[in-house]
Amino acid sequence: MSTLVIAEHDNASLRDATHKTITAAAALGAPVTVLVAGSGCASVGEEASKLAGVEKVLVADDPALEKQLAEPMAALVISLSGDYSAIVAPATTNGKNYSPRIAAMLDSAQISEIVSVESPDTFIRPIYAGNAMQTVKSSDAKKVITVRTTAFKAAEEGGSAPVESVSLTDNPGISEYVGEELSKSDRPELTSAKIIISGGRGMQSGENFAMLEKVADKLNAAVGASRAAVDAGFVPNDYQVGQTGKVVAPELYIAVGISGAIQHLAGMKDSKVIVAINKDEEAPIFQVADYGLVADLFKAVPELEEELGKAGL
Amino acid sequence: MKVLVPVKRVVDYNVKIRVKPDQTGVDLANVKMSMNPFDEISVEEAVRLKEAGTATEVIAVSVGPQQAQETIRTALAMGADRGILVKTDETVEPLAVAKILKAICDAESPDLVILGKQAIDDDCNQTGQMLAALLGWPQGTFASELKFADGKLDVTREIDGGLQTVKINMPAVVTVDLRLNEPRYASLPNIMKAKKKPIDEKSPEEYSVDISPRLEVLKVTDPPQREAGVKVETVAELVEKLKSEAGVI
Repeated sequence: MSTLVIAEHDNASLRDATHKTITAAAALGAPVTVLVAGSGCASVGEEASKLAGVEKVLVADDPALEKQLAEPMAALVISLSGDYSAIVAPATTNGKNYSPRIAAMLDSAQISEIVSVESPDTFIRPIYAGNAMQTVKSSDAKKVITVRTTAFKAAEEGGSAPVESVSLTDNPGISEYVGEELSKSDRPELTSAKIIISGGRGMQSGENFAMLEKVADKLNAAVGASRAAVDAGFVPNDYQVGQTGKVVAPELYIAVGISGAIQHLAGMKDSKVIVAINKDEEAPIFQVADYGLVADLFKAVPELEEELGKAGL
Repeated sequence: MKVLVPVKRVVDYNVKIRVKPDQTGVDLANVKMSMNPFDEISVEEAVRLKEAGTATEVIAVSVGPQQAQETIRTALAMGADRGILVKTDETVEPLAVAKILKAICDAESPDLVILGKQAIDDDCNQTGQMLAALLGWPQGTFASELKFADGKLDVTREIDGGLQTVKINMPAVVTVDLRLNEPRYASLPNIMKAKKKPIDEKSPEEYSVDISPRLEVLKVTDPPQREAGVKVETVAELVEKLKSEAGVI
């Protein structure tokens, strides 16, 4: 029996989340097949076939799969599920949407957002927003798993797996895609950025986030925010890092004017290096920061931009 | 339109939880419990649908111990019409909850089930999607806006990188995200009125659902702790350290 990995992609290229999910899936010990379901996505299938550890690639190319809506995705995966003992997807909003639908159709209890594979049936996953770690053993014959991608290394190139095509035969036809409003930005995406600079309530307004953007542009960083800043209406919700937003683990995380509520820490405490800039030296963010600067952010952030410039960035 | 709103009783979001020393779970003794925050948003949305004349009846359902009745009362005080408590002292996994909710849907025939996208205790994010699968209904997950038109439902969804709108057939399952609405506080007169609203008591057996867990919890531990680092005095010192000591810029 093999493991089926459901690829995250935009019909043009694979997302980094897929590479990381392949690493988690490989740890289950069985051969890994990657399913690329989309529309006009043949090149994505080719890309997946070149990754190390991939035995086979299945491409399902159908207009109904373009946006990976849960209803056709689940129908497709169920039709293929006979050959697999585990179905693994990244815990992206797509994966979180279709995976439990697949699990219920297989009468399997999904194991959500694993951060470690202890053995082929035993996994570690965060609960209570990462304030506790649960080790669970699954007794289901077919396991359905989503992967917290920040916890795994990306699979590298170095394979040449055969590519087969499969088709969606049974689209339930109960849902359709209407449209999307994606945040337009030249900066990297939060979940894949190597450096993130985030602002909190201390930023005082949405306009002031321009200061962070200037620093971000110097560092090729993504801009994030705490829930407090989102709730205050400074920035849109897709900026949100935390328990109820995105979970990130960049090389460098710079928290500006963020006090460090549990809910925020849950989303960024696995970052390699954390910097905190806050005028309140008692702020809990300093308890997790590698480098803390007690300062008024309205002075410190422009200074940071200047110093980075001096450092040749 | 009849609306079913499942609600879960969880540790209050302000409580800093503690892992039990014997690693069997999280200490729930004498801890404040509340309605799952995402479920408050789903109750609010259902009540608003009723106030707008779109919904005719709102039924709050909870699967849990006797005290989950208080969570249902909270939903009734916010404006739900009646409640169903499926009483059990066992831990019920999302798949089993979805099976119980399916049985309730078969009995009640709602047009819409609206629930929180995830519970803040087990962080599973599964129940709504699983229920939709078992019913064969479409799902509108992580909703930030709902629009009903011509017997269909347009759901605006919070996705990585922005918003997506899907059009789904009815009946449907919707799971809600944070920005859908701001839940109300129940007024004192409404809390008093809620005490008179009916709550049916049922058991998982009455719905012929096997709730035995599929996942065995081997242990629950504290997450790896991060140590506080150093304080720097100036921005220049910070940049210097990030460059030479941490090597991240």
